[in-house]
Amino acid sequence: MSEKIKSWPGTPLGEKEIKEKRILVTEWQPNLKYAWDTGAGYGRYFAELKKGKIVGTKCNKCRRTLLPARLFCEWCFRTADEWVYLKDTGTVNTFSVAYTGTAAERLKVPRIPALIEIDGSGGVAIMHLISDVDPWKVKIGMKVKAVWKPKQKREGAITDIDYWKPI
Amino acid sequence: MRKVAVVGAGMTKFMRRAQETGKELAWETAKLALDSCELTVKDVDCVVMGTAPDAFDMVHMKHEYLSDGAGAWRKPYVRGFLGGGTGVFTACQAWYHVASGMFDVCLAVTEEKMSSCLPHPQGAFVTCWDQFTESPLGTSLLWFFAWEMNRYMTSHGITEREIALVSVKNKKNALHHPCAQLPGEITVDDVMKSEIMAWPVKRLDVSPTSDGAAVLVFASEEVAKRITDRPVWVQGVGWCLDTMYIGQRDLYYPKYVEYAARMAYDMAGIKDPRREIDIAEPYDPFSYKELHHGEGLLLCDKGEAVRLLVDGETQKTGRQPWCPSGGALGVGNAIAATGVMKVAELFWQLRGEAGERQVPGRPRRGVAQAWGDEMQVGTVVVLGV
Repeated sequence: MSEKIKSWPGTPLGEKEIKEKRILVTEWQPNLKYAWDTGAGYGRYFAELKKGKIVGTKCNKCRRTLLPARLFCEWCFRTADEWVYLKDTGTVNTFSVAYTGTAAERLKVPRIPALIEIDGSGGVAIMHLISDVDPWKVKIGMKVKAVWKPKQKREGAITDIDYWKPI
Repeated sequence: MRKVAVVGAGMTKFMRRAQETGKELAWETAKLALDSCELTVKDVDCVVMGTAPDAFDMVHMKHEYLSDGAGAWRKPYVRGFLGGGTGVFTACQAWYHVASGMFDVCLAVTEEKMSSCLPHPQGAFVTCWDQFTESPLGTSLLWFFAWEMNRYMTSHGITEREIALVSVKNKKNALHHPCAQLPGEITVDDVMKSEIMAWPVKRLDVSPTSDGAAVLVFASEEVAKRITDRPVWVQGVGWCLDTMYIGQRDLYYPKYVEYAARMAYDMAGIKDPRREIDIAEPYDPFSYKELHHGEGLLLCDKGEAVRLLVDGETQKTGRQPWCPSGGALGVGNAIAATGVMKVAELFWQLRGEAGERQVPGRPRRGVAQAWGDEMQVGTVVVLGV
């Protein structure tokens, strides 16, 4: 190391110091609530999900599907040209067998989050969950189909698709 | 633009939990870095701060809170924020403050205190996903890395055991780093047997969360030549952002790292990075990332990084050592401070001051890289003597 540096700053603490309250800490838990507006692009995307349909938009100049649906193409920076309905089937682009939750807590039953290329989109993937399958039998390239929640339980959200199931 | 040199560096130990506050860490490190080149805070014309999400500490505008510790009192002061890419970008930012001719000495301070966030700092990333299309699925940050590692492995036919060699190498390199949090002699079997976090990512594929700070002193050519006979020159900088829509890019290859690297190499006049770069510090928060990023840095063909690893070319004594510091896997991952730790490693290696970590053969040029934002930014710095 730099010859001039003889000792390095920092005082490591372990679990012990914290449990025995040998250090002073101030705890605080925020209590905040937010309401986010979906906007026009996602607004229709979710309204269509409620009907059991996956919709995207298309940029005819760049010849690509925008998914999740949105109003403008960031490549050519133009308004999207049209809305297109896509299939509720797709291909597993990649996946994980996840034993950790949002705050890194341990899960007893693993979840199978995946990126799924939606049929008809030209290979664009969305994030979702695979279920109803042995997690260790899932493979990249596997065909899957959306399992929709019953109509009365849909609320216009990405979770209106309950999960994806191999076909 | 003016030539810019790194003339001083300092860092704290990287720790699971530090007793010091963030600003105490920043102060001790800034003082250490200035002392290392015999400058005082009076010589500093401006300060740049790199620190990752406010949500780690839940201190609003954390850079303001840290400003006195960073030596910024009554000086031009700005924070750069590119998530995990922040550290190396802080060096880019310091470079353009001096290269522009506006300032002669710029202090680049990075600090992270992740331990404040309970039960685990990963929870602070709950809002980093799209709040409509992603978060409602109950996302975990690890999903992302698992997807990328799986896609990378499957695309190239690479095995988990081969990737585990990165953890083995880096933790071993870190044995000689005086600030390292998780150095050690481990085996591929240890990695394979460690608990599955989100397959294919296992516990020993992951860097720890850390508290720590790292600081660099940047100076114009005139100042650098006056205060040291061993300046380390900033030869190139680059940064690039890819799309937020994760399903719109193929995770098997970090194109944004390639674009950032090309920007830095063009500036440095590097045509063949495989031959013209002696040491590399690609960002390795996960074992597969060192390989993935090494490919993005154009240090080998796509899918070939694992071959360099297996053949020993990226070992400390190999043809082109990668992460001789011990990397994030061995030294620890105090997000923004990790990037500067990597640039500091190049600084020490290129000056021949890396002690037991010193790579043989008098390295003359090195590249450091970080990655972050929504997992789609690349930041790159090339240093040389």
